[in-house]
Amino acid sequence: MAVAAGLVGSFAVMRRMTLASDAISHVALPGIGLALAFGVNPVLGGLAALFVGTVLVWVTEHETRLPTEAIIGVVFSAALALGSMLASGDELIEALFGTPRAAGGAETILGLAGAALVIVFVLWARNALVIALVSPDLARTAGVRVERLNLLFLLAFALAVALGLRYLGVLLMGSLIIIPATTAKHLARSLRGMQTASVAIAVAATIAGSLAAPALGLESGPLVITIAATIFFVSLLVRREA
Amino acid sequence: MAAEALEVVGLSVSFGATRVLDDVTFRVAAGSSLAIIGPNGAGKTVLLKALVGALPAEGTVRWASGTRIGYVPQKLDIERDLPLTGDEFLRAKAAVARVPGDAAARALDLVRLPADVAVRPIGTLSGGQFQRLLVAFALMGRPTVLLFDEPTAGVDEPGEQGIYDLFRRLQREEGLTLLLVSHDLSLVYQHADHVLCLSRRRTFYGPPLEILTPERLQEAYGVPVKFHAHDHAGT
Repeated sequence: MAVAAGLVGSFAVMRRMTLASDAISHVALPGIGLALAFGVNPVLGGLAALFVGTVLVWVTEHETRLPTEAIIGVVFSAALALGSMLASGDELIEALFGTPRAAGGAETILGLAGAALVIVFVLWARNALVIALVSPDLARTAGVRVERLNLLFLLAFALAVALGLRYLGVLLMGSLIIIPATTAKHLARSLRGMQTASVAIAVAATIAGSLAAPALGLESGPLVITIAATIFFVSLLVRREA
Repeated sequence: MAAEALEVVGLSVSFGATRVLDDVTFRVAAGSSLAIIGPNGAGKTVLLKALVGALPAEGTVRWASGTRIGYVPQKLDIERDLPLTGDEFLRAKAAVARVPGDAAARALDLVRLPADVAVRPIGTLSGGQFQRLLVAFALMGRPTVLLFDEPTAGVDEPGEQGIYDLFRRLQREEGLTLLLVSHDLSLVYQHADHVLCLSRRRTFYGPPLEILTPERLQEAYGVPVKFHAHDHAGT
């Protein structure tokens, strides 16, 4: 899960989707609310809502040519409002910040499959994504189907968010995608370097947070993100040579 | 008459209610070069984007079958701290265009960009170095047509000469077709087989001798235009 987050994050940050990425995770909320209301697995509800929201963003972007960031901002703030009406009390806190409860066997297998899918996609589409982020027109003339690539990337992003719903919750999973990648961008001078660092930081923060949480008597999700954020601030002290 | 590389009939592009290109018609023979000139805002960049399918347009754009396009856009806004090296950028193209990885080194060699520059993040390159990197990017994948939007903007004088020399060499050796937007009328006069002059008022198309006349240019640009016509007939 952390590997998938680190990889997707590195492209999200380079595509200047930082804020949008955070907002995109909020759309899971109405899905979780509905799933709880109908007694379905909340992660599945969140996943479904994420996919619907993602496709909605893509179609709106395609039709209006507004920047992705602007559309996501509108769609997902609305989703957050809607979600908080549907979920209530403890459920809401759990959906927002995750729960340390262990996931069921089927959910674990599904999660691993989802993470594998995201990782394979990012590695497979890496070159096309690189060209498209420098210039969509260049990508087009190089034979890349840019619209389709954008949709696939957004879907991979949504899937990565869904992977962390149970464990980190809606608010914090967006951070696990963005913080390690932002840190890596600050440190790295090449794409390979950035992706390696991004994955390493995401994995390190997740493992350290999960191991330390019981000992400190804290929730693991918030601790994971706190560790990631600490790494980020420490990295700011390291100035790379220009 | 050589085979045609490109035929454009009645091409129009609108942004909302504003018609940027109106009923533009021209053709480009394979292996020839077409210069696209005109005042700012006449739609030169829009025309190139429409030709590569990056903008929705009305009318017909017909490329010869088997056309592979290399495109150098005008100016790209690259974040200075984007962690992507020139080398990685070119290798991404090699992978997408399914050409061997050593094509990157060959392309760098063609545009005379030193290898130690190519390993730096692309946001830290100078304007001219980045321009050459883009030309190298366009040359990978064995294009049959090159589209250049102000290929030498920001390139120093020797670099500019180098890029034009490179174009001519490629044209001679590989039979490439060139479409280039330029503001440098004397270079256009020297290098182009045909000129397409876009303007809000009228569109002219023909050989440089017919288009680059003081009367025509004044009509297109709205003010008298002077340029130094090197007489290099036959180059």
